[in-house]
Amino acid sequence: MSAMLSTQPPSPAADAGPWRRAARRLRRRRGALIGGAVVLLFIALALFAPWIAPQDPIATSWGAIRKAPSAAHWFGTDEIGRDVLSRVVWGTRASLLAGLVSVAISLALGVPIGLAAGFLGGVVDGLISRITDAFLACPFLILAIALAAFLGPSLTNAMIAIGVSATPIFVRLTRAQVLNILVEDFVEAARAVGNPPLRIALRHVLPNITAPLVVQATLAIASAVIAEASLSFLGLGQQPPAPSWGSMLNTAKNFIDNAPWMAVWPGLAIFALVLSFNLLGDGLRDALDPRQR
Amino acid sequence: MLDYLVKRLLSIVPTLVFVSMLIFGLQQLLPGDPAKILAGEDQDPTVVAYLRAKLHLDEPLPLRYAYWVGGVLKGDLGESVRTQQPVLGLIAQKLPVTVELALLAFAIALTIGIPAGIVSAVGRGTAWDYGANLFALWGLSTPNFWLGILMILLFSVQLGWLPASGYVSPFEDLGANLRAMIMPAFVLGNAIAAVLMRHTRSAMLQVLASDYVRTARAKGLSERSVVLKHALRNALTPIITLGALELGTLLSGAVLTEQVFTIPGFGKLIVDSVFNRDYAVVQGVVLVTASAYITLNLLADLAYFAVNPRLRS
Repeated sequence: MSAMLSTQPPSPAADAGPWRRAARRLRRRRGALIGGAVVLLFIALALFAPWIAPQDPIATSWGAIRKAPSAAHWFGTDEIGRDVLSRVVWGTRASLLAGLVSVAISLALGVPIGLAAGFLGGVVDGLISRITDAFLACPFLILAIALAAFLGPSLTNAMIAIGVSATPIFVRLTRAQVLNILVEDFVEAARAVGNPPLRIALRHVLPNITAPLVVQATLAIASAVIAEASLSFLGLGQQPPAPSWGSMLNTAKNFIDNAPWMAVWPGLAIFALVLSFNLLGDGLRDALDPRQR
Repeated sequence: MLDYLVKRLLSIVPTLVFVSMLIFGLQQLLPGDPAKILAGEDQDPTVVAYLRAKLHLDEPLPLRYAYWVGGVLKGDLGESVRTQQPVLGLIAQKLPVTVELALLAFAIALTIGIPAGIVSAVGRGTAWDYGANLFALWGLSTPNFWLGILMILLFSVQLGWLPASGYVSPFEDLGANLRAMIMPAFVLGNAIAAVLMRHTRSAMLQVLASDYVRTARAKGLSERSVVLKHALRNALTPIITLGALELGTLLSGAVLTEQVFTIPGFGKLIVDSVFNRDYAVVQGVVLVTASAYITLNLLADLAYFAVNPRLRS
């Protein structure tokens, strides 16, 4: 009403949509920008691994076993003479894929279930909430280990295990957001003009709960990358000889006294990728939901 | 108080029922005949027939679940295919080692996380705040198994101060026990310290902005007294409650930490069982972990209720 009565032209900030305002806020956060840039760098590493990696990541060389970093092997070689740099570059694929696919699984399962719980309420909500509580009672990694153990060790099963284990967080978040939105006037108005429930859920509720879901998804990718590395470290993720940062660390721990470089680089790669997603997630939270700052 | 207690106790019943269904359901994920898979590599026909009868595999699914739950309620979590020992006995044998590791890790997390959070909140926007936030980001982003390997490299390989692996019971030699546990406990406590720091910072910021703290300052009390006596006391309640819920992180982390430092605890048990295809042990470990988590969650809720007079009224 006041905007209608105002004779002043609207300011650019007020004129821009919420996403554009969030993008502007995000650009002001240096940590988030650095995090985003490093994530993009890792995506480029994963996409262009065949061209970036100096050598074949699974080619063994018995003449170059456990060689310290040198001009020929910048990150050194491992216990069967494979180039550590090439394996770290190719390992980016497993980690990023696991991070993105697991969170996609969690979103694909968690958002519709959370929407159903929040929107339908009653018995459906009660049932979904109790099942979610049961999943949340099992520590994330222990549930993922159990699922990966029963499904069999492989990268695909690790991604399914991580995705399913992280689903309850998205169910809870979606449900809570839906319950907040359902009391808003615009939802009441949409109901009053005769929109069917499914249309209200998809056209009016879902777009309004996207921001917290994007934030949670970014932070969940960081957890999923650590979880994949953990499962691979335990031998339940990517299987040898395919390169994965977690399995590289598992081998490296046996040679820590005479080839420490084997442990340094894959660990540093996990740390850098997870830190970047965390920085980006924190920045997105501040940009998309300033109330939580 | 009694009403709340009964209501809260009853609320965990459906959760426990669904947890049991979830864990029983894990068995259904096994591809093929569970009896053959559970019998191990040899697939001895006698063992397969024994398992088929014991697990009631010829019965319908709901009946099998009822048999399984019946067994669990009587303390029968099955037998280890590998060692033929009861699963509950195996878990009871390994649990104290992990409990010691978790308690030491939690003590380290409290010692680092709470002071870091206080310093960060009191010096909001200063270099201290910046440093504490960096520490939290570091703690949340470092995989603990990598930190463990790096610490072994520094303190065991390079300096030779601490043993790289192994476990000595505290009842045999307390000094040797602490020397073996200090690195794993630090590695495990590091991530929790980061979470506690963030909780402490936000709880302290909220309390420091409240009216009664302003009154305490207006009375002329020293800043130290305002922060430590007036603000921290009220901020601690949510911190401890939220901290107690980090048990899940502790147990998940223990799996990896015990693997790195070769500690014969609960976490190593689940990993060894996975590779020995000892599925009953895997199920048992998940069940015990989930039950412990639910119990601790309940205790944390009750503690919060007990210390918060507004909730009691």
